[in-house]
Amino acid sequence: MIETRNFRILRNVVLSILALWVAIPLYVVASTSMKPLKDVSGLFQWLPREITLAPYFDIWTTVPLGKYFQNSLIITVSATACSVTVAVLAAYAVARLQFKGKRVFSLTVLSTQMFPGILFLLPLYLIFTQIRNITGIQLQGSYPGLIITYMTFTLPFAIWMLSGYFASIPKELEEASMIDGTGRMGALFRVVLPVAKPGIIAVAVYSFISAWGEVLFASVLTNEATKTLSLGLKSYASESDVFWNQLMAASVVVSLPVLIGFILVQKHLVAGLSAGAVK
Amino acid sequence: MSHSAIQNSPANAAETATMPAPEQSGKGPELPARKPRRSFLPYGLIMPAVILEVLIHIGPMILGVWIAFISLNQLNLTNWLNAPFVGLQNFVNGLNPESTIGQAFFSTVGRTMLYTVTVVGFSWILGMAGAVFLSSNFKGRAILRTFFLVPYALPAYVGTIAWAFMFNQRDGAVNQILVDTLHLFGDERPFWLLGGNSFGAMIMVNIWQLWPFAFLMLMAALQNVPNDVYEAAAIDGATLWQQFRTITLPMVQPANGVLLLVMSLWTFNQFNIPFVLFGAASPKEATLVSPLIYQNSFGSWNFGLGGAMSVLLLIALFIASIFYIRMVLPKGGDND
Amino acid sequence: MKNPLKVLTALAATATMALGLSACGGGSPQATTDTITYWASDQGNSLDDTAAKLKPSLDRFTEKTGIKVQLEVIGWTDLYNRILTAVTSGDGPDVLNIGNTWAVTLQETGAFEPVEGALLEAVGGKDRFLQTSWATGGAEGKTPTSVPLYGLAYNMYYNTKMFKEAGIEKAPVTWQEFVETAKKLTKDTNGDGKPDQWGFTAAGASVSANSHQAFIRGLQNGGTLFDADGKPTFDSEAQVAGVKQFIDLMATDKVMSPSDAEISQGSQKIDNLINGKAAMLFDQSPVKNFEARGFTDWGVASIPMMEAGATGDVSTQSHVAGINLSVFKNSKNKENAIKLAGFLTSDEEQVALNKAYRSLPVVNGASSDAAFQTEEVKAKRDALANHALPMPLIAKEGQMETLTGTAIKNLFAKAATGTVSESDIQAALKDANNQMAAAQ
Repeated sequence: MIETRNFRILRNVVLSILALWVAIPLYVVASTSMKPLKDVSGLFQWLPREITLAPYFDIWTTVPLGKYFQNSLIITVSATACSVTVAVLAAYAVARLQFKGKRVFSLTVLSTQMFPGILFLLPLYLIFTQIRNITGIQLQGSYPGLIITYMTFTLPFAIWMLSGYFASIPKELEEASMIDGTGRMGALFRVVLPVAKPGIIAVAVYSFISAWGEVLFASVLTNEATKTLSLGLKSYASESDVFWNQLMAASVVVSLPVLIGFILVQKHLVAGLSAGAVK
Repeated sequence: MSHSAIQNSPANAAETATMPAPEQSGKGPELPARKPRRSFLPYGLIMPAVILEVLIHIGPMILGVWIAFISLNQLNLTNWLNAPFVGLQNFVNGLNPESTIGQAFFSTVGRTMLYTVTVVGFSWILGMAGAVFLSSNFKGRAILRTFFLVPYALPAYVGTIAWAFMFNQRDGAVNQILVDTLHLFGDERPFWLLGGNSFGAMIMVNIWQLWPFAFLMLMAALQNVPNDVYEAAAIDGATLWQQFRTITLPMVQPANGVLLLVMSLWTFNQFNIPFVLFGAASPKEATLVSPLIYQNSFGSWNFGLGGAMSVLLLIALFIASIFYIRMVLPKGGDND
Repeated sequence: MKNPLKVLTALAATATMALGLSACGGGSPQATTDTITYWASDQGNSLDDTAAKLKPSLDRFTEKTGIKVQLEVIGWTDLYNRILTAVTSGDGPDVLNIGNTWAVTLQETGAFEPVEGALLEAVGGKDRFLQTSWATGGAEGKTPTSVPLYGLAYNMYYNTKMFKEAGIEKAPVTWQEFVETAKKLTKDTNGDGKPDQWGFTAAGASVSANSHQAFIRGLQNGGTLFDADGKPTFDSEAQVAGVKQFIDLMATDKVMSPSDAEISQGSQKIDNLINGKAAMLFDQSPVKNFEARGFTDWGVASIPMMEAGATGDVSTQSHVAGINLSVFKNSKNKENAIKLAGFLTSDEEQVALNKAYRSLPVVNGASSDAAFQTEEVKAKRDALANHALPMPLIAKEGQMETLTGTAIKNLFAKAATGTVSESDIQAALKDANNQMAAAQ
């Protein structure tokens, strides 16, 4: 928009309020994570009376956070990679190829996003149990179970976004490549994917964020050996004591990887969305 | 949780799905070599997605509907395949508006609708404000843009637990500001997580987490507006408000249809926020549909009732979405 | 990583590897025969603390039998759901702790080994145990599927320093004395015209603690939660009167801080006592928290009754609280699992464990140990042996706790933000009653 003085004043006021509002909870988390436990149980102090990094050391022993970190990393990275791969293939088919049942496919996949997760939880568990009973493949309490669950949750959005993105890429690029004899798949991998990088990044970020913070399904589909980081946070509050400072310190630790990753790819994310999703 | 993030519009997919078709018929066959034989390639490409969807979404959904018609509880869960069929009993028990549970269900649906409209409305307005103001160039713009997205990138549990900590009546930061510093409420410390206030508190937390998503999508949409359009409008003497109404709003229109649908479904199915704020049982004034279903399935380990509620909810959401797609996204209709 | 194709293949490779690895690694951590898995409930000050206190016993077990124990301590908020998911999938630990109020429900699922034959022999027979605790092992007339492990009971704990300051010499005995004492202890210490020190504190948002009080206060007033035919009677006159006494502590007697309506964790009310914000509380085992904070100014007394010297059901001060131990029927290591059950209920380990967790031994042979002769433990034993009844031994016990506990939680919330009349209480309990009846 064209800037006038009024516009600038309004902008500064609105943005300041928004920034403050976003910042306060973040500040509360960060400052509480650096207070000793005795200062946390009383009235909230905006300026910590005493700053300590002890909670950041204690969190690793109160709860086996290191192991949860490893679990989360394996599950989230795998789910993201699988989701992107499967979505690229399906999205390409939807965007570029004609086939019978395409509409049914798109609509069915997308309509699954309408339903509350709570509805799937028990049936999914029962189905996993049944699969184990019949085939011996252990899905509950194992990495693959949670990985395929998470990748499926993010698949519909990923397919939709990528097919939008692929459709926006000029067809002539692929045609030229196909005339050179690369075939459809060659064209997809050599021509379309490099151009679609921002879209792929946007989808990957979305998948990663969704899987990293999920707790409901993780609470039923993991056991002590495969527990994820977000779920592990709950362990700082037990019936016998609530370690608020450690909970906040662990929250910071859990959030940092996804925040850093997010900031790094943020530019591509906006570019990817603006070319594909919102057109 | 409601599949934790962005969801989707069938309409747009349908649109993109058939997009290549008219062009092709216009230009004639471009790749005649491939046309005649029927290719299995597309089916091969969608196969992994189909298998996963059937296993994780469609299968459990059908089973979920089946559960609504049987009596499944902790006692026969081990042997769930043989749980007794009870027909419509669960629906009669759970959804009879005369009964305590039925009343709770229908008032909860109404409350959840109000909740959805409020949260989505405010999130959109804030997202739009952020996107518009950050589309102009000024110092610190890039930092602010990233900073605003932080609540979205944060694991949902972390953001909510921070607010829960702040809302504590006796020691929380919110009352510390409002009561101790600003001396509002006549020095009475209000409760934010109990009674009527809890509904507002929950809305506040949800907007905090959701608005960055609206901001992100709208910002992406505004990238497509060339700045010279505004310049031309300004030269023609259009006020800021006029520019917003005649240029900005129409430009984000395509994004809006999807965005609002997505955010509404997501908010309507909200589970995480009330669960972290209030625990397994929300205050009466702030019970949403998903937590109610949870209480009536996992809370009591009696799944038939929760199943019946889910089925009704599914039908309602399905009809609402179809209706929305037809009304608000008329483009989707072209492909039928 | 500039070429997206490379990125994609790299990601796909990582994914395949991870899937492959996890299929091998996480897929079947099938224990070898000399290792059994044990789920313990959280009895210490944290999950970590609980595990540390359990470790010496488990080490002795390994030393004695050569069987290794893979321990997992599970918090109370997760334990019930974890057990039921394990029951559903048949994929559980070999041995596990359960809250004894869940015993009948879990017995009905048929997933636990009945206490007979080898298991009964391993724990040394029924007569070794405290009979009130043994009775919680399963439904009446059926073979129990759990044995007592730790005994607990409600007592009243108070801050002796605050008592002294208020000139109170002895702990109240009757409910009326209790309310009067609490009123004396409630005062404004900083002169802003509002009380900031309270006579009593409770976790008003804790569903299970509330349901215990509904049970106890109901009985003291001559009510029951279920009639002889097993129909719920949550809203009977006596039950309403009992619940009203509890709610009134905040609503009309005003001896309980409205803030307590937000407390969902027992530890927070104990903090109130330690910090001098409240003078009295009802709890099953706060001593471990007192010790962890180095707090010594506490005293213990019985839960007040309607009349001094009452006998029979109206003299109920506590439910038969405690933790039981079960062996999973699906265990592939049943023989070793049974050995662990026998070991943990042996006299020596009962002394060691109950000493560590500040709970009561559930076998007669252990109670004579010097560690259990303190005033606090004696009070607990008196409550458990003479003034305790088990929570209703029915399959839908969990639902009953949820419904009554939530009703009280909502009433406290109402009291904190406004007023509560008798008809409000009546209506809330009637609602809960209807839902219970519908669920049966």
